[in-house]
Amino acid sequence: MSYGQTRALKGATFAVDEGELFGLIGPDGAGKTTLIRILASLLVPSGGSATMCGADVVRDYQAIRQMVGYMPGRFSLYQDLTVRENLEFFASVFGTTVEQNYRLIEDIYKMLEPFANRPAGKLSGGMKQKLALSCALIHKPKVLLLDEPTTGVDAVSRKEFWTMLRKLKNEGITMLVSTPYMDEAAQCDRIALIQNGDILQIESPKQIVDSYAYDLFGIESKRPNAVIKALRADSRFQSSFLFGHEVHLSVERESISIGAVEQFLLENGITSIAIKQISPTIEDCFMSLMEHQNATHI
Amino acid sequence: MDNNVVISVKNLVKKFGSFVANDSLTFEVGSGEIFGFLGANGAGKTTAIRILCGLLEPTSGDIIVAGFNGYTQRDKIKANIGYMSQKFSLYEDLTVWENIRLFAGIYGVSRKLIQERANLLIENLGLEDYRNRPVADLPLGWKQKLAFSVAMIHKPTIIFLDEPTGGVDPITRRRFWEMIYEAADAGTTVFVTTHYMDEAEYCNRISIMVDGKIVALDTPSALKAEYNAESMDEVFVKLARNSQRV
Repeated sequence: MSYGQTRALKGATFAVDEGELFGLIGPDGAGKTTLIRILASLLVPSGGSATMCGADVVRDYQAIRQMVGYMPGRFSLYQDLTVRENLEFFASVFGTTVEQNYRLIEDIYKMLEPFANRPAGKLSGGMKQKLALSCALIHKPKVLLLDEPTTGVDAVSRKEFWTMLRKLKNEGITMLVSTPYMDEAAQCDRIALIQNGDILQIESPKQIVDSYAYDLFGIESKRPNAVIKALRADSRFQSSFLFGHEVHLSVERESISIGAVEQFLLENGITSIAIKQISPTIEDCFMSLMEHQNATHI
Repeated sequence: MDNNVVISVKNLVKKFGSFVANDSLTFEVGSGEIFGFLGANGAGKTTAIRILCGLLEPTSGDIIVAGFNGYTQRDKIKANIGYMSQKFSLYEDLTVWENIRLFAGIYGVSRKLIQERANLLIENLGLEDYRNRPVADLPLGWKQKLAFSVAMIHKPTIIFLDEPTGGVDPITRRRFWEMIYEAADAGTTVFVTTHYMDEAEYCNRISIMVDGKIVALDTPSALKAEYNAESMDEVFVKLARNSQRV
């Protein structure tokens, strides 16, 4: 998919199974929204094709729109309609009623019910997100396309939202959800790591972690920035980054021992550190793939 | 007042009609400290930040920011702080140089100094080739770094960063925090909000707001010990789960 000279997607190829919770994980500008908008039949691809449940996203766009529930990244409900009115509106557009499919949204809507008469524009971020999900579900779609549903939402609402998605998965709804939060990846059956329009890897979260190619150390220190500076100055170390309360250091497999790293940091005047070998997170894997990709591009 | 305290807030209250957005906040931030200001959506963070930046007058309480009074010297406060947010920081259709000139002018930097500091800034960021190109052409990571540097162009005492890393890739996010460390090491006080709980761990101290009140304030390690948690994410969820606001 190209916009003028910008190639937003560079030949993305993937398949999502029925009933799967599939994650598109990548930062802003990676191409996630373009991909989701093509699948929602809102954009025509510059090349290639895509089908959902056998329907072509270009030729069969009317069928696509019936079977897809789409939650855009930007809050797109009617701000001046109430919670209830928005829901009724979306139900009627799809030729159904709120009552007919109420069971599907019951758990989510119960949390919204006390505010049924509040204009949607006056809801908090977490509540807007719940309403948008209810509206995307009200016609009982086969496939849910969720574009960054948790961006800008606090950590508690994010957790609640993923609990809801897992419940919907039990209803047999296929979901494609994009997010810039790497920690959410673990909740998906499979994830595609996407960066600069390229899909870097598609695997289950466990397989992605298992295919990490380096030894990884977690280093605790009072001066993480000094640790990073020292490590980056020595070519034996692959990469070093801040990571929560630690610095994560990656090295070639079995190329250096914990003791040697400790010794090196001591020689650089960094004392009172704790080092241990750790398993990578999805974020470590993504960063390693990003660095690898940047290196091959240069 | 302690000489090293650059933000002093005592019993800050802000009401909008009958709604209490900030309910008696009390805290101090020291010079060169990285202070994480966390809270759930709707907890009242934005209101507090607007007051600390001199954009909004408090209802009651004592507020001193960078040595200036939060009621009577709000213009002085504005001149001595920098502000950057992910949502709005630079004008996309202005060039790199035009953005620097505009913001430096707004922050009250003299014409002569603008030239000097702009050149230095562009050189330090390696943006020579982009000097006369619109900011829209810059990769996101560079935009973030430029926005941060622009917010520091008048050498403020305090920089306020409102979700500076939202949506940014994991490597750029970390490079950005390295810049924050550099600024703090050079003596600038950093006041930062984020929804990434791993970033909370990078702060010297953290406050957590729930429903308009500060319910926790300490170093990340002390908070984790107090709430018997492995990570700041756990601490945050334990505290914010009981929020009554929607």
